[in-house]
Amino acid sequence: MNMPLDQEKPLLQVRHLKKYYPIKKGVISRTVGYVKAVDDVSFDIYPGETMGIVGESGCGKSTTGRSLVRLEDPTAGQVLFQGKDLATVSQKEMRKLRTDLQIIFQDPYSSLNPRKRIGDLLAEPLLAHKMATKAEAEKKVNEIMEIVGLPKQYKNRYPHQFSGGQRQRIGIARALMLRPKLIICDEPVSALDVSIQAQVLNLLKDLQKSLNLTYVFIAHGLGAVKYISDRITVMYLGKVMELATTREIFEHPKHPYTEILLNAYPIPNPHERNRTQMVIEGDVPSPANPPKGCVFHTRCPFAKDICREKAPGLTGKDHLVACHFPIDEGKV
Amino acid sequence: MGMKLNPNKNVPEMAGTETGQMAVQFEKEETYLHMVMRRFLKHRLACVGVVVFLLILLIALLAPVIAPQDPAKIFNEFEAPPSAAHWLGTDPVGRDVMSRLIFGAQVSVAVGIGAVAIYVAIGIVLGLVAGYFGGWVDMLIMRLTDVFMSFPYFMVILVLVSIIGPSLFNITLVIGLLGWPAIARLVRGSVLSIKEMDYVKAGVALGYSTPKILFQHILPNALAPILVNATFGVASAIIMEASLSFLGMGVRPPAASWGNMLTQAESITVLSSQPWLWIPPGLMILLAVLSVNFIGDGLRDAIESQNAK
Repeated sequence: MNMPLDQEKPLLQVRHLKKYYPIKKGVISRTVGYVKAVDDVSFDIYPGETMGIVGESGCGKSTTGRSLVRLEDPTAGQVLFQGKDLATVSQKEMRKLRTDLQIIFQDPYSSLNPRKRIGDLLAEPLLAHKMATKAEAEKKVNEIMEIVGLPKQYKNRYPHQFSGGQRQRIGIARALMLRPKLIICDEPVSALDVSIQAQVLNLLKDLQKSLNLTYVFIAHGLGAVKYISDRITVMYLGKVMELATTREIFEHPKHPYTEILLNAYPIPNPHERNRTQMVIEGDVPSPANPPKGCVFHTRCPFAKDICREKAPGLTGKDHLVACHFPIDEGKV
Repeated sequence: MGMKLNPNKNVPEMAGTETGQMAVQFEKEETYLHMVMRRFLKHRLACVGVVVFLLILLIALLAPVIAPQDPAKIFNEFEAPPSAAHWLGTDPVGRDVMSRLIFGAQVSVAVGIGAVAIYVAIGIVLGLVAGYFGGWVDMLIMRLTDVFMSFPYFMVILVLVSIIGPSLFNITLVIGLLGWPAIARLVRGSVLSIKEMDYVKAGVALGYSTPKILFQHILPNALAPILVNATFGVASAIIMEASLSFLGMGVRPPAASWGNMLTQAESITVLSSQPWLWIPPGLMILLAVLSVNFIGDGLRDAIESQNAK
């Protein structure tokens, strides 16, 4: 685990990021409320690290990820990439910045244009940014295909001729063509078979080492995140619940929600399965109408009066937690 | 990229049974176009349609060569029944019906293809813009579409043609300028679903320009229904021209069009005793429209059931 050094400058800073989607009703589509998909999220990402983002479906982790590469325009807050606010840079500058910021999608079946051959699909980014001539692009396509482990004869094939795992590797290859600094991996292995998940994760890890990449790795399963991340952000209903190193999150979770998430993860060893577990009850409340106070209080086993009244802030130095009563060592 | 990885480390999935199956699948590397062709060829009526339409196209292109007479030349014998000199007889003015029929093909093909080309181009651009940008742009374009769709189409064409004057070019233009709403709606609908696809988002993330995303990534994936619709459009444009010419609002004599040839069938005498004046042009219109419609049917079956192998 390479811990970010204190003096190192963050590659990407997220400051009070909010993304609200208006709910419209009636004939004149009046806005009657907002779905708070991402509600005041802040964190830093340092060069070379992998930041995992976990949470249940609908917690805003994908929206956060997409906002980082400006596929979503934030309602409020800033995303600063190397100090530049993505929301305010000119279109021309944004186009340039996009070469540094890439994204890998969850669904390998919808992330590749079905009408384009793989070779063209991979060469396209270089040609669009005039970063290579046709011949150079072709050479780079051959290189990248070798790196992601696809025979270069497959260049003339269409996406439908590949398996899910192969498609995901093509998606990774495409994201790498522009030699980005930061890659958002939006649940890149969730749609894959378990046996293929490990290969893709290994590929991502190897690429990170050799190309000095920084990842934001979004997932709902803790397994993949634990394997690849240096630090983990736990999100719930659009808010950050806890942020710490992977080891801290797994060994000393402070937020009850993190603890519950960890417990929800099946234990491979059957002999350890009888340990006491906190189990979550109920469903995630609607992000259109989040609970007052701490958003987690409706499902939290330790909720007290103050939790229903006042939302806890994110506190701590290296291990950040948003809870009025963080779990102490040995309490659970 | 200056990096060496053992490719096998990451790709054991290709070593298993999957490779075997994929290898077989790859041997006859079938592109999308091939697949559509194969399915289209299975549709027998569509193949007949293609042959017939190509023949009509050929007749239109070669009209000056194959027509036995000048279509506007007036002979002494008028309303003459078919003979060796005039295979399909002559019309009330004394022109050779066979030659007029051949030259009429030019008109039908030109209007059919010309008008559809115009309105497909307009419809695609408006549909892409409306669907992709959404918001007030979409609102504006779609309300405009609604307005255009609520016109009594035929009446408007009649009025416009009578204002700007009936001619081949004008009716092509008028049909072209009025036909786009259906295409625009169709394209917008496809764009709405395609723009949510991750490959479009990937295009944005990769910094592609908006026209590139619209025309290279979205349009090719929305093309199938447009093509089918346009094919049927050719048929209705041919009918529209024939109707307009029949009413004297289209191609005007002495220029020949199947529609204006039919004008003579207004009289009972012609209908009952001079069938060579109206059966041939009527039959040609029928053949042209039917062949195009069969092609459309075949295309639809070949393209739209995309996943049924």
